[in-house]
Amino acid sequence: MHVTPLLQVENLTVRFYTKDGVVNAVNGISYTMQEGDILGLVGESGSGKSVSSMAMLRLIPEPPGKIESGSVRFDGEDLLQIKPSQIHRVRGRDIGVIFQDPMTSLNPVMPIGKQIAEAMQVNLGMASAKAMLESIDLLTRVGIPQADRRIRDYPHQFSGGMRQRVMIAMAISCHPRLLIADEPTTALDVTIQAQIIDLVKNLQKELSMAIIWITHDLGVIARLAERVNVMYGGTLVEMAPSKPLFSTPAHPYTLGLLSSLPSLDTDSDQDLSYINGSPPDMIHLPPGCPFWPRCSFRTKRCTQERPELVEVAEGHTSACWHTDRVLELHRSRSAEVAQ
Amino acid sequence: MNTANDVILNVNNLKKYYPVKHGLLQRQTMHVKAVDDISLQICQGETLGLVGESGCGKTTAARAILQLTPPTAGSVKLKGRELVGLNAKTLRDMRTEMQIIFQNPYSSLNPRMTIGQILTEPIRVHGIATNRKEAEGIALELLQRVGLSPYFVNRFPVEFSGGQRQRVGIARALSLNPYFVICDEPISSLDVSIQAQIVNLLRKLQRELDLTYLFISHDLSMVRYISDRIAVMYLGKIVEHGATKTVLHRPLHPYTQALWSAAPIADPAIEETRERIILTGDVPSPIDPPEGCNFCTRCPQVMAICRKEEPPLRELAPGHWVACHLY
Repeated sequence: MHVTPLLQVENLTVRFYTKDGVVNAVNGISYTMQEGDILGLVGESGSGKSVSSMAMLRLIPEPPGKIESGSVRFDGEDLLQIKPSQIHRVRGRDIGVIFQDPMTSLNPVMPIGKQIAEAMQVNLGMASAKAMLESIDLLTRVGIPQADRRIRDYPHQFSGGMRQRVMIAMAISCHPRLLIADEPTTALDVTIQAQIIDLVKNLQKELSMAIIWITHDLGVIARLAERVNVMYGGTLVEMAPSKPLFSTPAHPYTLGLLSSLPSLDTDSDQDLSYINGSPPDMIHLPPGCPFWPRCSFRTKRCTQERPELVEVAEGHTSACWHTDRVLELHRSRSAEVAQ
Repeated sequence: MNTANDVILNVNNLKKYYPVKHGLLQRQTMHVKAVDDISLQICQGETLGLVGESGCGKTTAARAILQLTPPTAGSVKLKGRELVGLNAKTLRDMRTEMQIIFQNPYSSLNPRMTIGQILTEPIRVHGIATNRKEAEGIALELLQRVGLSPYFVNRFPVEFSGGQRQRVGIARALSLNPYFVICDEPISSLDVSIQAQIVNLLRKLQRELDLTYLFISHDLSMVRYISDRIAVMYLGKIVEHGATKTVLHRPLHPYTQALWSAAPIADPAIEETRERIILTGDVPSPIDPPEGCNFCTRCPQVMAICRKEEPPLRELAPGHWVACHLY
C-alpha cells in the first residue's frame, strides 16, 4: 500500500544573507506527514523551526532570506516550484497558519468579522453576506461569546486569548488540510493556553486536519503531539512518536533537554542536570554535528562528520554517532530502577 | 523552626493602586488595584515562590516591597525595619541589603557600559570600595562566583548570550552583598537548555551566601523545585499559600487547582491520564474586579455567597492559608 503523504519535505535548506555573514538557518531537513497527523516541532530560539515552516509557505523575506535547495511536496505538488502569484491558492486555503503574536498579525483598523470574511471571500469566492454569517459561526465555534455582536469589534477590544481564538477562526475558515501553529500559546497564560490547546485538539478531530505545532515548550508537546521532530542548529536531530521520545530519547540533545526539566518527583536537594554552553551561533556553525561543543557523548568523529538520521526503533530516528551509548544509558537506568 | 526572629521580610496589608484618569479635567475616577492587600513573611535562608498569571500583580508586589514604587498602603519590614515612608537617603543605604534580578537580561543591562562598569557602579555609588583597583577586584570575584571568565570584564553586554547576560544581572544584584534578593522571572526569557544552568547557579549562591529569595515565576515546575513555600496570586490578592509540598499535593483553592492542572507536564504518559480543569473566560480587569471573591467569575465551584462576600485568608491547616468560602 502506498499513499501519497500529505506533506513531504525534502532536503530543505534556507539561508539568510546578512551584513554580519551568512546565517545557516535550515540545513537540509527532510520529513513527511500524513493526513490528520499532529506533529510537534520542538527547538530553541534560532534552531530553524519557524523558518523551516514559513519557508514552506514562501513566507520568508527574500532577500535577505533564500531557499537554497529542497522541495516541499504538499499533496504531491512542490510548493517551492509554484509561481509566486499562485502560492495564494495554497496559503490560507489548503494550509492555514496561526502566528505567535495575534496582535501584530491582525489588521488593527479592520473589524475582526470583516477580516475573517475576507479570507473566505478571496479563497472560496464566497459572497460577502454569506461570509459574514460564516464568520459569526466560526467565532462561536472557537468559543467567543456573543459572536454576532463582536464581529464589529476591532482587535484591540479583545484580550490576548480571545485574539488568538480569532486567529484560529481565521486559520480554519477555509477548512485547511494542514494547520501550521507557530508558538500560538507562548504569549498566553497557562490557564488560557490550556483552553486554546483543548480547542485546537477538538477542532482537529472535527475537521480531521493535520497540525504542525511549533514550540519550545516540551510540556505542550507532551499534551498535544502524536509525533515529535526535534530541531537543533538548523537540522533535525531526532524524530519519534511522542511517547518513546519522552521515555527513551535517543539524541543527547533531547536527553539533555528532558533531564534539565524538574519533574514532579525531582528531589529539590539535588541540582538539576543541565546542558553545558549556549545554543550555536548560526553564522559560524561548528563543523560536524551542530551539538558537539555542548555534548557529553562527543568523540573526534562528531567534530568532523555530520551524522545523518538513522532509525533506532520503528518510526524513531536520531542523528547521532553515539545513539547506542545513549540508549545503553536508558537500559542501565531502567535496570537500576528494577533492582 | 520559624520563630519570629527568623523572619527576614514581613509584609503586611500591602496595597498598590494606580489611579485611572478620565475625561477633559483628568478627573481621577477609578483605580487599578494591582496589589490589593497582601501579607507575607519570608524567613532567613528560605525561598518563597510567588506564582500567578500575567497581570495578577506579582511584579508590582515585588516593586512595592523594594520601594521601587511607593506602596499606596501597608507595611514592609526588612529585619524589623520599616521600609515604607523612608526618605531617599536612608532607603538608598538599605539597598545594600535587598536587591532584585530582573526578567529580561537584554533590557536590564546598559548597552553602553562594559561588564566591569556595570558591576562596579553599585560598589562605587555606595562607597564600598575605596579605590578603583579594589572595585575591580570585587568585580572579578563576582564574575567568578557566577561562572563567567574574568576576561569578560572589559566587554559589552551585546557580546553575550542571554544566559551569560543573566549571570551578569545576578552578579550585579550580588555586588552589594545583600541578604534578600527578589528574582523576578529570572529564567523566563532564556532558552530551555539554559534555564537549568541559571536555576542551579541561584541555588548555589543561596547556599554559599545564605541568601533569602522571593522567586517570582509563572513556570510552576521550576517554582515547585526551587521554593520552600509557595504563594499563589490572583487579581492582586494572595489566594493560597503554604509549604510547597502541601500547596502542590493538596491545593485547596479552586484557582490553584486549575492552575496546576493547566500547566503541562513534559511526559505524554502522565498527560494522557491527567484530569484537567479547564477554566472558562478571562481574568477580569483589575479596574473593575467582581464583587465578592475575585475568582467568582471563573470558578467551577462558585456558590451564591462568593458573589457577595470576599473570603478572608484563613489558616486551614498549620501553615496552609486559603481564601475560599468552600472551607
